[in-house]
Amino acid sequence: MLESILITIATAATPLLIAAMGELVVERSGVLNLGVEGMMIMGAVTGFAVAQTTGSPWLGVFAAIVVGAAFSLLFAFLTLTLVTNQVATGLALTLLGLGLSGMIGEAFIGAPGVKLGTLYIPYLTDLPYVGRLVFGQDPIFYLSILLTAGVAWFLFSTRAGLTLRAVGGNHGSAHALGINVVAIRYLAVMFGGACAGLAGGFLALVYVPQWVEGMSAGRGWIALALVVFASWRPWRVLAGAYLFGAVSIGQLHAQALGWPIPSQLLSSLPYLATIVVLVLISRNRRLTMVNTPACLGQRFVPDR
Amino acid sequence: MRIELVKRPQHSRLFSALSPFIAFALTLAAGAVLFALLGKNPATTLYYYFIDPLMEVWSLHELAIKAAPLILIAVGLSVCFLSNNWNIGAEGQFIVGGIVGSMLPVLFPDLRAWFVLPLMLLMGMAGGAAYAAIPAVLKVRFNTNEILTSLMLVYVAQLFLDWLVRGPWRNPAGMNFPGTVRFHEYAVLPEILPASGRAHWGFVFALVAAVVVWFVLARTLKGFEVKVLGQSPRAGRFAGFSAGRVVMFAFLVSGALAGLAGISEVSGAVRHLNEKLSVGYGFAAIIVAFLGRLNPLGIVAAGLVLALTYLGGEAAQISVGLSDKVVRAFQGLILFFVLACDTLIHYRIRIARPKAAVAGEADHA
Amino acid sequence: MRKTLLALAASAAVLIPGAALAQDKTKACFIYVGPIGDFGYSYQHHQGLLEAQEHFGDKLETAYLESVPEGADTERALERLARSGCDIIFATSFGFMDGTNAVAGRFPDIKFEHATGYKREHPNVSTYNSKFHEGRYVQGVIAAKMSKAGVAGYIASFPIPEVVMGINAFVLGAQSVNPDFKVKVVWANTWFDAGKEADAAKALIDQGVDIITQHTDSTAPLQVAAERGIKGFGQATDMIKFGPETQLTAIVDDWGPYYIERIQKVMDGTWEQSDIWGGMKEGHVVMAPYTNMPDDVKALAEETEAKIKSGEFNPYTGPINKQDGTPWLAEGEVAEDSVLLGLNFYVQGVDDQLPQ
Repeated sequence: MLESILITIATAATPLLIAAMGELVVERSGVLNLGVEGMMIMGAVTGFAVAQTTGSPWLGVFAAIVVGAAFSLLFAFLTLTLVTNQVATGLALTLLGLGLSGMIGEAFIGAPGVKLGTLYIPYLTDLPYVGRLVFGQDPIFYLSILLTAGVAWFLFSTRAGLTLRAVGGNHGSAHALGINVVAIRYLAVMFGGACAGLAGGFLALVYVPQWVEGMSAGRGWIALALVVFASWRPWRVLAGAYLFGAVSIGQLHAQALGWPIPSQLLSSLPYLATIVVLVLISRNRRLTMVNTPACLGQRFVPDR
Repeated sequence: MRIELVKRPQHSRLFSALSPFIAFALTLAAGAVLFALLGKNPATTLYYYFIDPLMEVWSLHELAIKAAPLILIAVGLSVCFLSNNWNIGAEGQFIVGGIVGSMLPVLFPDLRAWFVLPLMLLMGMAGGAAYAAIPAVLKVRFNTNEILTSLMLVYVAQLFLDWLVRGPWRNPAGMNFPGTVRFHEYAVLPEILPASGRAHWGFVFALVAAVVVWFVLARTLKGFEVKVLGQSPRAGRFAGFSAGRVVMFAFLVSGALAGLAGISEVSGAVRHLNEKLSVGYGFAAIIVAFLGRLNPLGIVAAGLVLALTYLGGEAAQISVGLSDKVVRAFQGLILFFVLACDTLIHYRIRIARPKAAVAGEADHA
Repeated sequence: MRKTLLALAASAAVLIPGAALAQDKTKACFIYVGPIGDFGYSYQHHQGLLEAQEHFGDKLETAYLESVPEGADTERALERLARSGCDIIFATSFGFMDGTNAVAGRFPDIKFEHATGYKREHPNVSTYNSKFHEGRYVQGVIAAKMSKAGVAGYIASFPIPEVVMGINAFVLGAQSVNPDFKVKVVWANTWFDAGKEADAAKALIDQGVDIITQHTDSTAPLQVAAERGIKGFGQATDMIKFGPETQLTAIVDDWGPYYIERIQKVMDGTWEQSDIWGGMKEGHVVMAPYTNMPDDVKALAEETEAKIKSGEFNPYTGPINKQDGTPWLAEGEVAEDSVLLGLNFYVQGVDDQLPQ
């Protein structure tokens, strides 16, 4: 039973992890993209639509990634080229994404989905207690772990990662050094979009294989909170995502066990927990200042 | 070929006034394309969307009802956004205002006197302000990001309301369905012109609030503080303005107005508290605030325009068969275009040719 | 039933030519609380509209508004429809109650029908509802027969009387087969959230239930049940597509017969205020085909259904005790409709605390 619960938690945590990882890279480059929810749901609807029409869930995954990145281009153009307010533009992206996805998804409501299969390694997956958890999950789960490792390695062990962090830390100096700040940010935003799209695709192809309007259900916002919670460090994002997943699943179990706590209170636990954690994290100003990308959310116009 | 932005030394006044209209025109154009793609006649659909709701008096009343909370909340948000405080939790403050304001008629249903309604309105404002104080205090004391805290609190408020109207505040005579007792006539926000429609005094509050806040922002020291600290925290510090005080001020004002919108909606349009209070006004108001260029007077117009899209969406649904999902996409588009057009106010656009870029200082002014 | 209606329609058309001519087309309008594509509650109401449209052909014009919020916007939506020439308006969700009554007062010549409500403040307002719990009883019978663990998982939406009635009926049906049958309840606090429903189903299965049933509208729980290899029940519509080897049956809300009947009355000019609570007998509640079960279970299910349909048996017949053990219905005593419509307590055997 514990293994089953852990798998359920992993399924709940994976979309949060992927979306947050993408946003982490974006924010490390100095851009605040509040449109994660919008990109996620666009990924979900396209992933589902493509999988439905072609019959291939992998094509669906691919489509979700592409659409997420493409949708984020809209945000990038406005905030990086036209230098609009990042907060408002991100919100606009979310609203547009929610609306557009509803429109596109209309034709697909009520259709049973195509589900991405799970891994099966003959001897390993059948191991008791850990078999399914470690060796029997869907491919995107494994991808999410690889993604975390990959981003951590990229940011802190490569030159390109250093450049990205420099852009986020002081775009003026980076620009003076000849680094193309805008180009790097474009790439970062698109990476973030691709991740959010993938997370959405996961929702529609693995979590609940069908399309439901608004199915991202606020996960994009949770992902944003996770990035702050993790002080912009990849492995902490993983911890945060799993913690949040555990609280969300835990409250359902509490209900099923018959605990006499109002279900609304249990349902609000994940959100209250996020606030508490955010407060605790930001209390330590030095810790926050050391880790927050200094130029987060600030406009940048290249002068020659 | 590269798009280059050259910062204007001063905001272009021409574009400050024009940009919302340009944005609106662009949205109409995009909308027409969208409708055509969906197989509907663009001209008729646009008519049903924007003209038809204005054609009858009852519909104008409905417009006022829909616009009132949008304007009220957006006016408060303008104070926040101008001072760089991103209050995304107005929806939560709206709900809490509605809850606190409803305490009198729900907990003391036999108290019937002329002062019940004004007291309810004040309590609603207090409730909204108190709830908005949470992210404000967290920001000032613990440096916590107010976007995330205020947003999380929206979910908490929604769940709290749900618990309240299904549990302790449930109407005992309501067949165990969620919702409080219906408010008595002393607790109901009356209609302005009962003979011709349902519009209640909430709309008047919205207009009054817009004028008052406009005045504060444009002509008082506090307004100046707000705007300076929003644009340049350092300049504000040098001038001796307390950033912390302004954060509290902005959130409290915003929360109070959102709370007023909440209790007006509860006591005017619905006349009891139920779990359906939250429909997203707090988020739509963000669009209204930007569409109105963060100017309370502009927000009045913007609120009416956005209310029009809601009403128009319904009209289009019935007459043309347009799906209601288009409404939200439309609203997102409006915000996009508004923000894009705003660039014209701050920057001049130049298409720079590579050769000219190399030529040096002379090209840049 | 339909034949009678057709005969009536035919005779009406012959006997009341004047009325038929003057009333060229009748217009029936609907407002839905959700999207018609939700494949659940609103979808079924819309199916009712389509059935009526097909039945009446050219004599009926229809219009509808979907995803109407149940608050301040309700009145506006209803007013708009009222002003667009509707003769009868169906408000298909409980939360439309106050709005329906308010608008009905302003338009005395238009007929208003409110689903699942209880207020009829004007003579032109009727209410209607379906005895879904009859179907739940049958499901309970099947569940107890099919379950080895003796525990079922129930994914519920909100603690309103209709839902509580359903849970209780399910338990009673199960207990008629296995007196020790238990039900675990998880409140999703939503009518429709596929992710949450899926998680709730997983949590219940992890805690040992081997039958899943739901009073929420998405197909997610059934899909999870299919994944885990256990059986489940569909909700509001036949969800067999989502669980070809999983779905035992589903309660299908068939509003068509009622809509056709009421629209016919408007056409005939015989519409009167009514408060109809129809069940299997009236054709409001239909069970999806019994699948994925052995023949003897199927036979028992059909037998139970037949008994309820004929009126011979009422699921809420005593002896029944409340959850705390106190007696509620004596032997042979049948629960009153008014009590059921406001039900806020569990019967014995439910493993949950009802929010009070």
